[in-house]
Amino acid sequence: MAVDVTPDLQALGENPLIEGLERLPVPATTLVIFGVTGDLAHRKLLPALYNLAHEGALPERFNLVGVSRRDIPVEEFRDMARQSIQKYSRREPDPTVLDGLLERVHYVGFSFNDVPAYTRLHETLDRLDAEGGGKLNRNYYLSTAPEYFPVIVKALKAAELNYDPDVDVRCIIEKPFGVDLESARELQAVVDHVFREQQVYRIDHYLGKETVQNVMAFRFANFMFEPVWNRNYIDHIQITAAEDIGIGTRAGYYDSSGALRDLVQNHMLQLLTLVCMEPPSSFEADKVRDEKVKVLHAITPPTPEEVRRDTVRAQYTAGVEGGEEVGGYLDEDGVPADSRTETYAALRLEVHNWRWAGVPIFLRTGKRLARKVTEIAVQLKPVPHLAFQSHGSVGVQPNQLVLTMQPNEGVSLSLGAKIPGSSMRIRPVNMEFLYGSAFMSQSPEAYERLILDAMRGEATLFTRSDEVIAQWSIIDPILKAWAEDAEPLHTYASGSSGPRAADELIAPHRWRGL
Amino acid sequence: MDDVWAEDDTTPAAIEAALRRMFAQRHKEERAYVPARVMNMVVVVEKEFRGEIENRLERVGRFHPSRLILVLVEPGRQRLAANVRIGTDDAPRAGAITVGRERVELFVGERHVPKLDTLVDPLMVSDLATMVWSPHRHIAAVDALRRLAQIVLIDSLDAPDVETALARADDLSRDTYVVDLAWLRSTPWRERIAATFDSPRRRQELWRISGVTVRHREDSLAAGLLYCGWLASRLGWEPGPLAQARGAWNGFAHTRRQDIRVTLQPVDQNAPGLAGVTIETDSGASVSLNRAPGGLCAVRRERDGTERSWIVMGASRGEGGILGEGVRQALLRDPTYRPALKSAEAMVV
Repeated sequence: MAVDVTPDLQALGENPLIEGLERLPVPATTLVIFGVTGDLAHRKLLPALYNLAHEGALPERFNLVGVSRRDIPVEEFRDMARQSIQKYSRREPDPTVLDGLLERVHYVGFSFNDVPAYTRLHETLDRLDAEGGGKLNRNYYLSTAPEYFPVIVKALKAAELNYDPDVDVRCIIEKPFGVDLESARELQAVVDHVFREQQVYRIDHYLGKETVQNVMAFRFANFMFEPVWNRNYIDHIQITAAEDIGIGTRAGYYDSSGALRDLVQNHMLQLLTLVCMEPPSSFEADKVRDEKVKVLHAITPPTPEEVRRDTVRAQYTAGVEGGEEVGGYLDEDGVPADSRTETYAALRLEVHNWRWAGVPIFLRTGKRLARKVTEIAVQLKPVPHLAFQSHGSVGVQPNQLVLTMQPNEGVSLSLGAKIPGSSMRIRPVNMEFLYGSAFMSQSPEAYERLILDAMRGEATLFTRSDEVIAQWSIIDPILKAWAEDAEPLHTYASGSSGPRAADELIAPHRWRGL
Repeated sequence: MDDVWAEDDTTPAAIEAALRRMFAQRHKEERAYVPARVMNMVVVVEKEFRGEIENRLERVGRFHPSRLILVLVEPGRQRLAANVRIGTDDAPRAGAITVGRERVELFVGERHVPKLDTLVDPLMVSDLATMVWSPHRHIAAVDALRRLAQIVLIDSLDAPDVETALARADDLSRDTYVVDLAWLRSTPWRERIAATFDSPRRRQELWRISGVTVRHREDSLAAGLLYCGWLASRLGWEPGPLAQARGAWNGFAHTRRQDIRVTLQPVDQNAPGLAGVTIETDSGASVSLNRAPGGLCAVRRERDGTERSWIVMGASRGEGGILGEGVRQALLRDPTYRPALKSAEAMVV
């Protein structure tokens, strides 16, 4: 007997109207940004909100409440927001939409550690609920200096703003989540005391980038790579995040952070997990994050001896950037003359599991290198028998698959090809897919995607607490060993490819050219 | 800077050879040059209206498809002629790729139209999706190209009457994916009504809808019908025929529980497409959306008569934006269009 398996949407209580829509509904929300007068809000968050409004992607009922220490009238804050959007939006603002958005912008000024002052925020949120005809979801976005994260989280609880039985309350926390393992655990303990894990959205904006998400699409939507995606065929992996500029005006932040904390602990380990994770059974947030955490847990935190052998740190010295003579890191404004902060970090890691055992994974990142590039290069093993030894041949090089995140987003596969002529001579050629030539739409900024996902309660692109702790567990021993190491730092000239010690680290392999 | 090739009394093979030669030359001169490979877009226009269509394509912006084959139909022309142009929009930058574009203008006579596929086929990039668009409703040309096309871009508002428009869309959708600009004009309205009923508290009201009124520009009845067809197909209504009276179309859709009154009202409006939507429930509550500066004005009336209104933010896409969206949608698949189309057809029987 035939069975009718068509789901009864009415009985299931699902919304049948969302089928086929690209923009899914977002619940009515008040977004509270702490640190709203800061650089991140100025350059990224406010322009992202405008672009969401422009596209009609914000919820029907939406409010933005800015919070910062400055006591300024709301009109002044709206003017600041307007200027930020006009300066940094990826599209020319539509005046009517911009005015409409700014009408929904509110401002409360108080010091983040002034706990009684949070009642003013509470009153503002209650007033907005009343004006909106019902309670709105509340999302708190912590875009402040990291030392205020625990302060704000505790104060939200004290003001009874951390939970509401009628609506969803979420806390979005910017990076860095801690500065080492201990501080990350301490922060997590505070967060655990105030919010349930499902309420917490830790931002690593790299995960919001289309090209980073494409790593998963590339691996799990193409059958041809899976058979070779393991220790039997892959020789080693290189993950590079190189920048061609110095620290600019960020000395205050950067000198207390360094390359390892700034990029390796978060972005680069995220890239590593995406390359090495097992296919999740579905793309639900926790299924994906479970697989990523397994990879991090399979990386044994290095011993002090392994840190000496498998890591390199260095500082840039004077050199040439874009044809201009530039000074070294110690010459930068705001950098102490005796700073030992690394502007370059390279390390060798290994994922100790059945798939990856014995495959070295090299990570390198640095400021003021020869070129700006973020890429993952997967080097396959050489062919087992070389039949082509013809004189004049460049030779059969191992295949290399390169996933480029920036600047020329795409995927490239190097292949051996016959050089036209009477003899069998081989040289490598590239087969390339470039995002810019294959897709038509302009990619949204990572923050647009992440803000929308957070408002919708979609957590796949956010880091879970065990993920962050696992990342710090790998990085913390390196920080500690480096702190105790009194040897002079390696150096590299501005505009170069990095320190010589990094070449020794990767030997007998070689870094890909920058 | 564009490279240009032109020939009168030419052949598809000569045009294809020219394209290959020009591409190789360009690549030799500019290593970072890469041809855009989104899809083939074949546009069939009357030669005398060429400027208007070029302006529309220009407004699509930089995200236009890779190889544009503009077929210009010229009454009385006996021999083929072609212009080929390849180039880039942006100047080359160090370390960056330069995405190229390729454009073939093919001048044909009416006698060529029935065999247009044999002329266009050699000019297309293999293994790319192909979209055909004939803004002047050159039906014979589109039919000739159907075997090559995976996607046909139409605007149901361009047909002489709504019955013809819906029947044509239905016919095309049998063997191609139809991107209908009339449907895309209703996207924000569909998104907003979906959002209005998305909260668990409001969702149950979907099953208590008793009336739908769609306001549309006079020439945009097809857009209004597709909108009603969408609601009917998504909510499991059985659409009944609508009757025309004093400019408006009225009728009912049916469910086991109740009848739903369906009204389509023409209104004065500059932009084509919908002007407003009102949905009522049997409890006496209603929600209305109407065009407003900076987005849509939403008005909710509760069953106790209290009313609230607010603006749903969103910038107008304009007709250029709609066409751009149509091109972008060509590579996506919306599973709700065809059921909506079927329901819309049932309303105009």
